[in-house]
Amino acid sequence: MNIIGLLIPIALFLGLVGLGAFLWAMKSGQFDDPEGAARRILLDDDLDEMGPKDR
Amino acid sequence: MAGVAAEQWDTSAAFVTQDDEGLAHIDLLVQGIHCPKCIRDIEGGLTSCDGVKNARVNFSTNRLHVAWDAGRLASSDIVKTVTDLGFEATPIDATVERSPDEDEARKLLIALAVAGFAAANVMLLSVSVWAGVEMGDATRTLLHWISALIALPAVVFAGRPFFTSAWKAFRSGRLNMDVPISLAVILACALSIFETQAGGTHAYFDAAVMLLFFLLIGRYLDLRMRVRARSAASDLMALQRVTAHLIGADGSTTPVPVSTIRPGDTLFVAQGERVPVDGTVESGRTELDVSLLTGETLPAIAENGAEVFAGAINLAAPIRVRADKTSDNSVLAEIVRLMENAEQGRARFVRLADRAASIYVPTVHTLAAATFLGWWLLGTGGWIHAATNAIAVLIITCPCALGLAVPVVQVVASGLLFRRGVLTKSSDGLERLAEVDTVVFDKTGTLTRGQPELVAGQDIVAADLALAASLARASRHPLSRALARAAGDGPAADTVQETPGFGLELETPQGTVRLGNRAWVGIDDAGEAKELELWLRRADGETVRFAFEDGLREDAAATIAMLKQMGLEVMLLSGDRAAAVAAAARDAGIENFKAGCLPTDKIAELESLKAAGRKVAMVGDGLNDAPSLAAAYASLSPASAADISQTAADFVFQGERLGTVVTAIRVSRGARSLVFQNFGLAILYNMIAVPLAVAGLVTPLIAAIAMSSSSIVVTLNALRLNLIRRGERS
Repeated sequence: MNIIGLLIPIALFLGLVGLGAFLWAMKSGQFDDPEGAARRILLDDDLDEMGPKDR
Repeated sequence: MAGVAAEQWDTSAAFVTQDDEGLAHIDLLVQGIHCPKCIRDIEGGLTSCDGVKNARVNFSTNRLHVAWDAGRLASSDIVKTVTDLGFEATPIDATVERSPDEDEARKLLIALAVAGFAAANVMLLSVSVWAGVEMGDATRTLLHWISALIALPAVVFAGRPFFTSAWKAFRSGRLNMDVPISLAVILACALSIFETQAGGTHAYFDAAVMLLFFLLIGRYLDLRMRVRARSAASDLMALQRVTAHLIGADGSTTPVPVSTIRPGDTLFVAQGERVPVDGTVESGRTELDVSLLTGETLPAIAENGAEVFAGAINLAAPIRVRADKTSDNSVLAEIVRLMENAEQGRARFVRLADRAASIYVPTVHTLAAATFLGWWLLGTGGWIHAATNAIAVLIITCPCALGLAVPVVQVVASGLLFRRGVLTKSSDGLERLAEVDTVVFDKTGTLTRGQPELVAGQDIVAADLALAASLARASRHPLSRALARAAGDGPAADTVQETPGFGLELETPQGTVRLGNRAWVGIDDAGEAKELELWLRRADGETVRFAFEDGLREDAAATIAMLKQMGLEVMLLSGDRAAAVAAAARDAGIENFKAGCLPTDKIAELESLKAAGRKVAMVGDGLNDAPSLAAAYASLSPASAADISQTAADFVFQGERLGTVVTAIRVSRGARSLVFQNFGLAILYNMIAVPLAVAGLVTPLIAAIAMSSSSIVVTLNALRLNLIRRGERS
C-alpha cells in the first residue's frame, strides 16, 4: 500500500499539468477561431502551383 | 457594391487605430467567406500588398484583422483590396465589441476546467474506495482526506457562479434553481467532512464536484449561446453604422462618426450612400430610395430645401445636406421609441427552465425537509442519520438534467438553424417561436422580393429593350436597374444625362433618346397613372411603355400553404395601397389582410390579436415594421431588411427563399418537444431515485451512477434533434 503514496501525487501532478495546459491554451487564444483552424489545415500551400481542385 | 462611393469617399479611416510602432490596425467584418480558399485569397491578397505586415482571418467570427505600415497605404486601399477579391468588407470598431457576457463566459470556462479536473481526480480515488475489497479503514480515510483536499478548493472556486446567484435570489426573497444546487453542494461537502473525520464510509466529495461539473457545462452552453446571439446583433449594428462626410469651412470633407454630427453641420451625401441624419437639402437634386422607411417601392425626389430623413439612400446625384437633428433625435429615434415600448411586453416572458424550476425547487426542499423530520422522529439513528438521508435527497434530486437539458437542446437547435441560413439573435426566441399560432407577414420586401421586375409577356421589341437597357445601365434608379436586369448583360451608353425625378437622356446621331416617366417623353394624359412604368422615346419619336411589378418571392405561395398546413393562421399587414396588397394576398393565398397600415396601426393590430389570446410571429423587413417586430411574440426578418428591423427581430434569415420561416418554426417546435421529453426523463429518473434516497438506501456510489447517467441520457436525447431533421429532409 505504500505505493499509493507515490502514485497519487503523480496522478494529481499529471492532472494539474493538463489543467494548466488548458488554461494556457485559453489565455493564448487557441480557441478564438476553432472553425478557421479546422479549415486552414486543408490549405496546401506547397501545392499552389498545381492549382487546388475545388474540393 | 460600395463601388465608386467607397473609393472616393472613404469611411474606413474613422476605424483605424495606430500603435506605438507606427503600424495601423483595422478590423473588418467580411461577408462571403465560406471555404479555406477564401481565407487564403484574402490573406494572400493582402500580404502581397506592399506595406501590409499582417492579415489574419477569423473564420468563426467572419472578422479580418489587418496591420500595415500607415505611411505606405491608406485604409481605403485595404478595403478595396478585399472588395476587389469579391468579398464585402465593413470596417468595425473592435474596441467596443467585448461584452461583459464574454468575460463571464471565460470565467465559467475556467471554473468548468477546474471542476472537470477535480471531478476526474476525486472520482479516481472514489472508485478505488468503492472497489477496495480489502481496503483498511485507515487507507480509506486517507483517500477521503485527499479527496477533500482536492474537492473543497475546487468547490469554493467553481461553485461561485451558483453560490452568488443563490445568495442574490435568497436575499431578495426568491428561490431559483441555484438555491437547491448550492445547498446540495455545500451540505454534501459538510457531511462528507463530518463522515471523514469520524472515519465513516460515506463521503460525497465526488458527487459534489461532479454536480458542479455537469451544471457548469449547461451554464456555459447557455451563456455562450447568449454571447453568440449578442454578437450576431452587434455585427448587424456594425453593418448599419454609417460614417458621414462633414464638409468643413474650407470646403474639404472628412469622414466622421454619425453620432458626432450636430444640427447645422453641412454634410456631403454621395451617390449610393445613406442620408446619415434628418436634414434639409442645401444644394443638388436627386432621387432618394425611401423603401425601408415607408415601404414605398418608387424613389422620392429631393431638391433644394426639401426635407430628407435618415436611412434614405441617395440614388441619382451627390447632394449637400444641412443637418437639422442629431442622429438619436431623428425619425429613426421615433421608431426606436415605439420599439422599446413594444419590447417591454416581451420582457415578461419566462423561460421554460425557469418555469420548471419554480415548481421543482419547492418540491425538492419539501421532500428533503420531510425526509429529515421523518427519520428524526421515527428512525432510530438520531439526527445525524436523519440529516445524512435528507442531504442524500438533495444531492440526488439536484437538477443536473434540468440545467443541462435545455441549454444543450437550444445550442443544437440554433446550430441547425444557422446551417439552414437562419441566425438566432435571442436565446429565448426559440422557445417563443415554438408557441406561435399566428404568422403575420409584411408585404414589400418580405412576401415580395422588394424590388420591381419587368412584367413578363409584354409586347416589347427586342431592339427597344436593348436600347432602353443601354440607357438604364447608367442609372441606379430601381426601375432602371430592373430594366437592365431583364435585358441581361450588354453595353452601357456613355454619355447618358440623368435628370432626377424625370429620367435619362442620350444624344445619338439620329436624334435624342429618352427613358423616364410619361412627362419626360412628352405624354401628358392624366388617365391611367400606373405607378410602376417606364417610357422610352426612340430617336424617331415613337414611344414604348415598360410595365413593372414587385413580384412575390418564388416560394411565397408554397410557404403560406405549408404554414396553414401546420395549423397556423396567416395574415398580411402592409403599408402599401389596398389594390396592391389585395393582389399580393390573392397570389400568396392569404385571405386575411389589411392595407394602408401605419406602424402604430400594425402594433394596434398585433395588440388586438394578443388580446384575443393569440401568439403572433411577425415577419417583416421595413423600418416601419421594426416596432411591430419588437411587439410580436416572436419575430423574423430577412437579411435584406432595414438594419433596425434586423436588430429588433429574434431571427434573421438569409437568401431568397421564404421557406426558411417554416424551417425556423419546425426546428423550434422540435426543440420544444425535446425539452419536454427531457423534462419527462428527468421526472422519470427522480421517480426512481428519490424513493431510494428518502428510504436512506442511496450510497455515494449509487448517487454518482444515477447523476451521471441521467445527465448523459438527456444530452444524448438533445442531440437527436440533428437526426430528426435529417430524416425529414430526405
